Amino acid sequence: MIEKIREIAKNWLAEGKVDVVIGFGEGTTPFSAKPIFITKPDDVEKLIWNPLCRLNLAGYVRREILAGRKVGVVAKGCDSRSIGLLLAEKQFDRKDVSIIGVPCQGMVDRKTLMKKFGNVNGEKVSADWNSISVGDKSISTEEVLSNACRICRYPTPVHYDELVGEKIEGVSIEEHDKPAVEMLEKNREDRWKFYTEHFGRCIRCYACRQACPTCYCDECFVDSNDPKWLEKGQHPTDLMLWNLGRIYHQVGRCVECGSCESVCPMDIPFTEILAGMSKRVRELYDYESGIAVDEPPPLQTFKTDDPQEFIM
Amino acid sequence: MDEKEWKPKILAFLCNWCSYAGADLAGVSRFQYPPNIRVVRVPCSARVNPMFVLKALQSGIDGVLVSGCHPGDCHYITGNYYARRKFTALKELLDFVGYDDKRVNFSWVSAAEGGKFQKVVTEVTNRVKSVGPIKNFVKKDFQEQI
Repeated sequence: MIEKIREIAKNWLAEGKVDVVIGFGEGTTPFSAKPIFITKPDDVEKLIWNPLCRLNLAGYVRREILAGRKVGVVAKGCDSRSIGLLLAEKQFDRKDVSIIGVPCQGMVDRKTLMKKFGNVNGEKVSADWNSISVGDKSISTEEVLSNACRICRYPTPVHYDELVGEKIEGVSIEEHDKPAVEMLEKNREDRWKFYTEHFGRCIRCYACRQACPTCYCDECFVDSNDPKWLEKGQHPTDLMLWNLGRIYHQVGRCVECGSCESVCPMDIPFTEILAGMSKRVRELYDYESGIAVDEPPPLQTFKTDDPQEFIM
Repeated sequence: MDEKEWKPKILAFLCNWCSYAGADLAGVSRFQYPPNIRVVRVPCSARVNPMFVLKALQSGIDGVLVSGCHPGDCHYITGNYYARRKFTALKELLDFVGYDDKRVNFSWVSAAEGGKFQKVVTEVTNRVKSVGPIKNFVKKDFQEQI
């Protein structure tokens, strides 16, 4: 599969169809793959494809295109949906991006791996779609999938120019909604307690925002001094306000790639709440983000007969 | 603070063209309603950023009311349709994290509905009274300033 990706990338670069190919390369820390930008056809050997390629590359695509380059990208289902969302928000033209779609079997969660394996001291780490191993210790990939990948509806890219490999079916809607439904089965007080506890651990590193392809505001509300939405510091209400504010901005836009959760150093669970919001958006407005490129996201449009039971 | 003495503080965002005029009509018509609301006049219900609502709650406001023109009657033609989607998203989000849903209220009140304004304010005040003073999500140092 990786040979095919490299071949396409090489051809595109050689033909001049794209100026840069964004893909994944060997990471510098254990259990990680880092985004790499390839501009020379000979460098395509640096591209890799394994269950550690969990980051979403769509944000880089936008930045490169705005910098005036034609971009090729290696995209999983979620990357392609993010690109679809950015197209729906008219961030760039479809012709500026060429997508190598790769059906994805689910990415693994680095933090779970670190818990399972502990420190890696120079042992050889290898990762493939069946197992992850460090030295002679090995674990099945299935077991350490990230939460977002377990409920992925679109493992096969939705938008692509070339598709590499066999299409993979996503989970059913019921399966996707399960974490959210389970959360909603708890009573209100427990949910509030759950989220105050988890959001209360936030250290405001904003890694979630940086990793998110959909968070591309020039000035984030949290950085704004006028109006100053949030104080600096770790007051629990500020932490709640930051997390709610960020998630509010994702309503109807999030493609649930799980980047925010995977980069969070404090292990804050976002899967349930983001899946819950997607579920409600689907039920209320019949919209799934990143699928239709000519339809604006739900909060940027309206219908005259939208549901309004809660309005007096 | 003694629960009996406690009077809720409710912040009302009223759109200039309908709800604010509706509130005016309620006043001119001498309709009695609880004096717990503080009115902020906004050009349109779509002007109300959901962050206003969250920020108000964080500042120790016990309840929020956002009110605009009826769908189809917006002075800016479509503002309240966008507002409706924004409020829906905010409501769903607060519901998911388990926040008291009685504190955040929305209504449509036209300029001719002084009576409805009275009813809405009474209802919102009762709702907020039923859940008591705000405890969750309040920054204490702000509360004393109000």
